[in-house]
Amino acid sequence: MASTSMPTGPVKTVSGRGLPLRGNDIDTDRIMPARFLRAVSFDGLEQHLFEDDRKADAAHPFNGARYDGASLLIVNANFGSGSSREHAPQGLARAGFRAVVGESFAEIFFGNSVMLGIPCFTASHEDIERLQAAVERDPATAITADVATGAVTAGTLAIRASLPPGTRDAFLSGQWNSTAMLLDRFDEVRAVAARLPYLNGFAG
Amino acid sequence: MGQTLFEKVWKLHAVRPLPSGQAQLFVGLHLIHEVTSPQAFDMLRQHGWNVAFPERTFATVDHIVPTLSRRRPFLDVMAEEMTATLEANCTRAGIPLYTVDNANQGIVHVIGPELGLTQPGMTIACGDSHTSTHGALGAIAFGIGTSQVRDVLASQCLALDPLKVRRIEVDGTLPEGVYAKDVVLTIIRRLGVNGGVGFAYEYGGSTLDRMSIDERMTICNMSIEGGARVGYVNPDETTFAYLRGRPFAPEGDAFDRAVTWWKAIASDRDARYDDVVRLDAASIEPTVTWGINPGQSVAVSEPIPATSDPGEVEAREFMRFRGGAPVAGTKIDVAFIGSCTNGRLSDIEAAARIVRGRRVSPHVKALVVPGSQSVARAAEARGLHEVFKEAGFEWRGAGCSMCLGMNTDRLEGAQVCASSSNRNFKGRQGSPTGRTLLMSPAMVAAAAIAGEVVDVRTMLAPGRQEVHA
Repeated sequence: MASTSMPTGPVKTVSGRGLPLRGNDIDTDRIMPARFLRAVSFDGLEQHLFEDDRKADAAHPFNGARYDGASLLIVNANFGSGSSREHAPQGLARAGFRAVVGESFAEIFFGNSVMLGIPCFTASHEDIERLQAAVERDPATAITADVATGAVTAGTLAIRASLPPGTRDAFLSGQWNSTAMLLDRFDEVRAVAARLPYLNGFAG
Repeated sequence: MGQTLFEKVWKLHAVRPLPSGQAQLFVGLHLIHEVTSPQAFDMLRQHGWNVAFPERTFATVDHIVPTLSRRRPFLDVMAEEMTATLEANCTRAGIPLYTVDNANQGIVHVIGPELGLTQPGMTIACGDSHTSTHGALGAIAFGIGTSQVRDVLASQCLALDPLKVRRIEVDGTLPEGVYAKDVVLTIIRRLGVNGGVGFAYEYGGSTLDRMSIDERMTICNMSIEGGARVGYVNPDETTFAYLRGRPFAPEGDAFDRAVTWWKAIASDRDARYDDVVRLDAASIEPTVTWGINPGQSVAVSEPIPATSDPGEVEAREFMRFRGGAPVAGTKIDVAFIGSCTNGRLSDIEAAARIVRGRRVSPHVKALVVPGSQSVARAAEARGLHEVFKEAGFEWRGAGCSMCLGMNTDRLEGAQVCASSSNRNFKGRQGSPTGRTLLMSPAMVAAAAIAGEVVDVRTMLAPGRQEVHA
């Protein structure tokens, strides 16, 4: 698969080959079954992506070499529902995925992916189907997703995808990695703690 | 124009708008466990960051801990390593920890309320999607990922986008044999597994008003199964009575001052909602999931849908169900009573009422896993463990257990499990081909006795019927 060095800094475009994964409501238990959470690090999770689904279906797109080296995952509706396990997007990131393009995403999965520098673009059902079909026809299709405009091109196909404005701007400016921002102006954090009734004996 | 509890709590905890466009939100209570925190502590060490407010983080072990022998070191070497790692991290950072030999150990969403850590008007975060449970006491509680656990440890804050608020109003009296679990499964069936994305769910109405905190927790717990990351109920006299006297609740005059503040933080009568949905409690029936997500459910009297929807076709194939067949009569292999959804004392009591004087069907493996050691002690003080053991149930130690199959409590092969837990995803209970039917604890108890899915109302003896008024 592609480079496993994790994203840093601004994310402006994601380019590479795609992997079409069809189906709605694909939950994080399926992306990363719970038995692979039995570890104190995220190392090696990429080996277990969709492990049970892959065993149950020889034609699963994560099986075989057809989509090797893909860096954009193309999914349908409500992808990443269920458990908050970051192990799911960690596994995808470590397998080389740098963006997900889909009809819709579960909220926690979306946020966890942002924290790893991986934008989750949304587009219409029709456009996602066209994109999936194009990559199924020719896995070598070169795809580019543009964070600023939401334009996704795949060979001769061009579709309109989008990110929420705040998320888009965070990727463009490189401020998607939140810890440093949250630690900046820490006096304001202490001021909030000092005004919360439940941290101050409900006095006053 | 009035405000919702969500808006008030959000404003109170807002530190500042971030350059990313999100809000920096202070987290009043942070809860951690052994599975989603070790990598966060590692990231902290790599960056040289300290834990900012160690006194506002509390830890327990629940996901991987064994429920049979609890002797240390655990026979399961990974359970031992993950528990020991959490212990070391908490000791180093000065974080209070209720580990496996502590009388307060249990599922993180059971012990938070039980200890009085969870209070109205708080923001709460935990690296677990069922953190929404704490909303039952009027808190705004977020399930988060491990990188966000790192953020909360380092800064006691999260970077978040605000949510819209949908009011879900349930009115009327629940029929006998119908429980909070049936209410929330019905809500999810109605609104869909992604209907709540972008929303906080505020649950109210006369049915919720009459519910205990335990029942409200069952409902808030499964908000995330409907796509809503946050669910809550406005605090009321039931909430205040629940909190009074708990170890971390305010005492004396402070409690009275707290009640005044808790009342003020509730949604105003004229609060405006982004959406309102109404349900009639009297129309809700004992509900069972038949598919592979929690929205795929039917009333126990209904047939399994026979639609050609691809998601439903996939679910029927995996579950080996035929469209149009009744769900009642489905043979089960395992019965599981427990989890953060339905592992509290009232859940165990409701199941015990069905089990008392009966026997588990010979082909069924049945287990009760109390949600916490405190729940287990309270149940044992009432002799309930004997009721279950005499009937052929196993009575285990506290933890998440077979809800997610991270310890050795797992389905085998294509077993069918009647489960009081929250997820029926493919492979959820530890076997890739295992099949889960979600239902209330009383329905699980009834299925364990009958050996198949059965309407619990046929097992409620006259004179000891459920009272929900």
